[in-house]
Amino acid sequence: MLKIILGLYAPSSGTVRIWGEPPWKGRERIGYVPQFRTFDFSYPITVREMVLSGRLSRICGAWKRFTTADRRAVEEVLERLALAPLADRPIASLSGGEQQRAILARALVGKPDILLLDEPTVFIDAPTEVQFFDLLDDLRESLTILLVSHDIGVISRRVTRVACLNRTLHTHDTPEITEDMLEATYHCPVDLIAHGLPHRVLKHPWEGGGR
Amino acid sequence: MDLGILSSGFFQNALMAAVLSSVACGIIGSYVVVKRMVAVSGGISHAAFGGVGIGYLLSVDPFGSALAFTSLVGLGIGIMREKAHQEIDTLIGAVWAAGMALGVVCISLAPGYAPDLFSYLFGNILLVPSQDIPLMAIFSLIVVLVVVFLYVPLQAVTFDEEYARVMNLPVSGLSLLLLLMVALTVVMLIRIVGIILVIALLTLPAATVRSYVSRLPEMMVASVALSLVLSLGGLFLSYAWNIPSGATIILLATLVYGVSLALSRLPISGGGGGGTGSGRS
Repeated sequence: MLKIILGLYAPSSGTVRIWGEPPWKGRERIGYVPQFRTFDFSYPITVREMVLSGRLSRICGAWKRFTTADRRAVEEVLERLALAPLADRPIASLSGGEQQRAILARALVGKPDILLLDEPTVFIDAPTEVQFFDLLDDLRESLTILLVSHDIGVISRRVTRVACLNRTLHTHDTPEITEDMLEATYHCPVDLIAHGLPHRVLKHPWEGGGR
Repeated sequence: MDLGILSSGFFQNALMAAVLSSVACGIIGSYVVVKRMVAVSGGISHAAFGGVGIGYLLSVDPFGSALAFTSLVGLGIGIMREKAHQEIDTLIGAVWAAGMALGVVCISLAPGYAPDLFSYLFGNILLVPSQDIPLMAIFSLIVVLVVVFLYVPLQAVTFDEEYARVMNLPVSGLSLLLLLMVALTVVMLIRIVGIILVIALLTLPAATVRSYVSRLPEMMVASVALSLVLSLGGLFLSYAWNIPSGATIILLATLVYGVSLALSRLPISGGGGGGTGSGRS
């Protein structure tokens, strides 16, 4: 879905317009956080270099020389996401949460109007996930955030609008995810669990535990 | 050892060839390792044998035809992957074997017989002719210039291809350029270690230094230096012991890689393996 918006895949029917522009043009105003680990973290690149690559779509010319403005934008976003002390470290030496912040920094350094996040917390642990969503809450003031997640219980406290997708898109102007909404999406009765609390462990009658 | 050999013409050619090919080998080898293009490079180098065969059949310089043929194969692999959505593994397998097969058929059809087939397959740095040295210098210069000028876009494409596309970089063109430079480097290295052994010389130095560097330029410089040491070391050992130079260079490279790997796994190196520790400057 997000990759169609970004123009990485062509839609089988219909067209994508971002502020009236085709995706390849409109995506200059989009920050993109791909699913974790779509690239090789052992690549010899520092945090600063990786974040700098988020400015590439703003640079004209085949050689892609970075300007002082690019470098200043990188330092600002490193500072904002508390990555400045790690700037010269290779990304391989970061923890999972730090790597995720570096990916977010790369998406934000182009000063986008929309931030697309694709399952951003799949590979990080629960406390880091809470920190990550706190960070997104801070960003909400300055840009639109579109987040794709399968973890409906955890995100429902944080979002302002919900769109459920299973062939058809159902949008709802409410942060609540109700059973009706899910039934409309999945075309079958749905039991909604773990709603309203950030974290809850459910016990199955015949099993020891599980979420 | 009789050091009078140092002043002989063919030995000086060998030294020049080692220096020039190490430059391209270290730089392109770094991309090959970080972008995981090892198998593609292997396919391209074996396809070069087809180019050598065509050269014999048409009575043109086998290295010229090998260069043209490997470039076409490199472009072909890149285009097929993009347009025909073929699995890259399948393409590599096809190119790998078909290139060798084409070479064998062409050489059997060619008039006369091919006396130095062995040196195409396993290389002989001592047989590099003088007229090849300026050509190797030009190839190395091309590689250096392309990488210096296109460093940023090439890094973006080799690091995260999808993101480079989102950043509106010409990803397909840059990937093809990279494959072309691999083809160019492979043909140069065939002179040194031969078609079958190229892949090891291209990847082992870069793989060895990888755990000691934190940035791509450091990796390139370090693997150029290591390639040079390995080529020269192998050359001297092969002369001293009177054994084939290409195979000596590769065995030396493998030995250094193995020792380096063992050292970086030892607990005394900081506990985390060289890769994470070295970057904290």
